[in-house]
Amino acid sequence: MSGFSQHHAGRRPTDDPLWLKLLLGTLAIAFIAVLLLLPLLLVFKEAFAQGAGAFWAAITEADALAAVRLSLTAAAIAVPLNTLFGIAAAWSIAKFDFPGKTFLVTLIDLPFSVSPVVSGLIYVLVFGLQGWLGPWTSSHDIHILFALPGIVLATIFVTFPFVARELIPLMSDQGRDEEEAAATLGASGLATFLRVTLPNIKWGLLYSVLLCNARALGEFGAVSVVSGHIRGQTDTMPLHVELLYNNYDYVGAFAVSALLALLALLTLVLKSLLEWRFADELAAAHRH
Amino acid sequence: MSAIGLRLTGSRHVLPGFRLSLAFTLFYLTGIVLIPLLALLLRPFSLGLAGFWTEIATPRVLASLRLSFGMALLAAAIDAVFGFIIAWVLVRYRFPGKRILDAVIDLPFALPTAVAGIALSTLYAPNGWIGAPLAEYGIRIAYTPWGVLVAMTFIGLPFTVRTLEPVLGELGLDVEEAAATLGATRLQTIARVVLPSLLPALLTGAAMAFARGVGEYGSIIFIAGNIPAVSEIAPLLIVTKLEQFDYAGAAAIGVVMLAASFVMLLALNGLQSWAAKRQ
Repeated sequence: MSGFSQHHAGRRPTDDPLWLKLLLGTLAIAFIAVLLLLPLLLVFKEAFAQGAGAFWAAITEADALAAVRLSLTAAAIAVPLNTLFGIAAAWSIAKFDFPGKTFLVTLIDLPFSVSPVVSGLIYVLVFGLQGWLGPWTSSHDIHILFALPGIVLATIFVTFPFVARELIPLMSDQGRDEEEAAATLGASGLATFLRVTLPNIKWGLLYSVLLCNARALGEFGAVSVVSGHIRGQTDTMPLHVELLYNNYDYVGAFAVSALLALLALLTLVLKSLLEWRFADELAAAHRH
Repeated sequence: MSAIGLRLTGSRHVLPGFRLSLAFTLFYLTGIVLIPLLALLLRPFSLGLAGFWTEIATPRVLASLRLSFGMALLAAAIDAVFGFIIAWVLVRYRFPGKRILDAVIDLPFALPTAVAGIALSTLYAPNGWIGAPLAEYGIRIAYTPWGVLVAMTFIGLPFTVRTLEPVLGELGLDVEEAAATLGATRLQTIARVVLPSLLPALLTGAAMAFARGVGEYGSIIFIAGNIPAVSEIAPLLIVTKLEQFDYAGAAAIGVVMLAASFVMLLALNGLQSWAAKRQ
């Protein structure tokens, strides 16, 4: 944030004239209000359209609870795995030199530029009946598609880069001096990581895990392709929203949506708090 | 793969864990990302080039690709214009509630796309909060291609704002002061001095919004109405073909979209190194 002071008397040459400030300010606020805030407001209004009782009934209904459980399970597997991967990738890329590093970073970022539907499609092409491993898995009675493993794989794919892309620049900026000092003094690799590196990256790590988790719980397109949409069994929360909405159960759809929207708001609040409080300990791109 | 790299550099490292961390990184990347992507890339070869082309060159597929790419371009342009205005207001002006407004920008990142989809659809439907007043003037948004545009604009806005904010914040005020001293009006200064130096960031943000819009699915399918060849986006057509067990057809569209992703990724890398040189 630029330290733009208005305390001087009169307008400085780099200040916008008042009419311009009012014009741009109004445009910005109106655009944000209409495009972003109105949909959010509508979710909560529709969720309680028939009162708190109907809302409560909708979110405690058996299939809704099964969807919540499935989403939490998928995230509970995908997020720790991607966190472990992010730490390993950042450790090798930020603390060591080897050829092909830039290319590796590009590959790690790749899932962010792939359409969610394509992210699901690739697993169908691997594990589907006409796919590479499909005939083998089906003959061994292993269920990947239209079951939890497929949902977890699709979730891992779409949230793949979150932790790595936060930690790589952060750990690169911090250099290797502290770790090398610890190692020279005889600390083991694990002790070096836990006592030297981790304290330096903990807020960045938390930040990225938070965003990874939000996306894991909210992913729709990729999971939709591999889930098979079996109500009460392979419907995650976002898929359950679709099912209810398409069945004209608007209160139900918006009630489950309200839960997801609350989660999104909580994520935004925590994310903003981390950005304001620990700006210096996050990757440079998030310092406002 | 990089066995030579390991041997060349591994021994000079003081820190432990290089082999283990890199091996895990490569293993995980290969298993989760590279092999499945390869399964898609190699798929059209089983059709042959002619077979691949027959899958793509149907009016319905071409219309869906045109809609996805065309509307994403338009949405990216809208996001670039309003992204600039919003970033300008957030970085340069002081007003109460600014931090909250800034935090809200990330809502499209945080809100699950299906939730955004049904909310936008309900808002812009002919009886919705925004759709009803527009319907009186005969304007329909939901269940038309314009619904696709609304959803893509929603999903792409954070990209332009978030790419512009840091660049705008670091822009020195001295150039603007110089322009003002030389007699430029404020608008001339913004148009001729500020905007050109923001161009790389503006294009980067717009390219990211475009890439996201092209692939977007969840927030669009509820509001689009999904009329074949009119308001049916390419990702939805992939899903439709999969539901009909037309794997070849789905994979053909998937390859086109993946190729577009690669091109965008290259373009973004180019833009970012250009931006880095400009600073």
